[in-house]
Amino acid sequence: MIHLFNLDEKNFVIDVNSGLIHEISDVVYDILTLDSQLMKLDQEKLSNKYRQQDVDEAYDAIKDLVDKQLLFTASNDIVPKLKPVLKAMCLNVAHDCNLTCEYCFASQGDYQGHRSLMSLETGKQAMDYILENSGNRTNLEVDFFGGEPLMNFEVVRELVHYGKAKEPLYNKHFRYTITTNGVLLDDEKMDFINTYFDNIVLSLDGTKETNDEIRKTLTGKGSYDHVVPKMQAAVKKRKEKSYFIRGTFTGKNLHFADDVAHLRSLGFKSLSMEPVVTQPGDKLEIKPMDLDIVKEEYDALYKLYKERMDSDEDFSFFHFEIDLDQGPCLYKRIAGCGAGNEYIAITPEGHIYPCHQFIGDESFLIGTLSSGITNKDIQDQFYQNNVLTKEACKQCWAKYFCSGGCHANAYHFNQDLGKPYEMGCEMEKKRIECAIRLKAERIERMENNDH
Amino acid sequence: MKHIKSLTTKKLSHNLVSKGCGECQTSCQSACKTSCTVGNQKCEK
Repeated sequence: MIHLFNLDEKNFVIDVNSGLIHEISDVVYDILTLDSQLMKLDQEKLSNKYRQQDVDEAYDAIKDLVDKQLLFTASNDIVPKLKPVLKAMCLNVAHDCNLTCEYCFASQGDYQGHRSLMSLETGKQAMDYILENSGNRTNLEVDFFGGEPLMNFEVVRELVHYGKAKEPLYNKHFRYTITTNGVLLDDEKMDFINTYFDNIVLSLDGTKETNDEIRKTLTGKGSYDHVVPKMQAAVKKRKEKSYFIRGTFTGKNLHFADDVAHLRSLGFKSLSMEPVVTQPGDKLEIKPMDLDIVKEEYDALYKLYKERMDSDEDFSFFHFEIDLDQGPCLYKRIAGCGAGNEYIAITPEGHIYPCHQFIGDESFLIGTLSSGITNKDIQDQFYQNNVLTKEACKQCWAKYFCSGGCHANAYHFNQDLGKPYEMGCEMEKKRIECAIRLKAERIERMENNDH
Repeated sequence: MKHIKSLTTKKLSHNLVSKGCGECQTSCQSACKTSCTVGNQKCEK
């Protein structure tokens, strides 16, 4: 299986099964489009456009790739290597929030339940749970999440120390992340986060207008003016350590490229902008009719990224950063996000869900910290739904990049874990094409510098 | 480039015996939290 695309005056072919990516000339692109069986049946169409010598050379170059098994490679005859082992946990330390963001999948923090904070005792139980159930995995990840985790920061602080103290006893290494709206950030908390956390994700949607339309305080005021200076101070303190400014775009505001540019103008360099997760019919839903606009926005963002590349104004955009040589292995690409198996989410009450986006839906409650995971059937459903089994994925060129997409999106839109959210797929494909084009740009610039 | 320039050299099937250690980052723990992009994770090996 191959995928052909062109973007910004360059053509590419992806050999899906091997993951190899080749930049190709116009004539190779046309041959693979018109004559993918390489039967030389469409010579006339080609000869109207190219010299015969070029066509012959292009055929030879393609044949050479095929002979070297770098194009039209066989499908991967592989099964998932091992039953996955728990290694990551989304720890919802606060089902409460000090903002009332309209799109929040956590229903403004409480996940359709009552507002609550995780006790230190439950938090320790959760840390013990991952330590004791992570087999021979060394690196464990805990994302302090909510709601708003800074509303329960004393528990966060205690749990960080608790985990660190337990590391040598279990031969484990914790990587901590915190995802926050920034309202309660201050110097003291940032110092702690900088000391112990591998990553901090700060939620901000873009311009004041965009952000304040959705991200409001409890009194209905926009949050931009309050959080931006705090986030700027936080990122300055972060120095070389990892952080992300993470925005959300919705059907109500599709022009997110301007928002990314604005975030960069605020001094932030590590950026992410995600499509909203909604139920079908929600007023913020990104609809199929919006797809062309969304793709244009990714093109605009691509252009901005390319213009700024290697300059003082450069930035990283999460979905454009694909390492084509040192990316994840095939097993990981098949296993996908690992929800329900490698990754779980824990509520303040100690309930276990396959991931943070299923919290509140009792039919996805898979266990408790006291009982452990008891609903193995649901756990198995998540495991079984992968790119090798999902019909839509089997035929898709992007399957080894997205690994089947988000289970929660699939379920919320199609009530079926085995049926990917099509809009999400289309957006992902566009992002991958932009990422590959930017990689080609980077390679070309390096080659030009070398000469 | 006359006709073809390969941007990648390693096949996904390369050296599979040593792969699948599971030590890499879980994709949803990174920046997204809402859309799965496994392809931009890093291999730990």
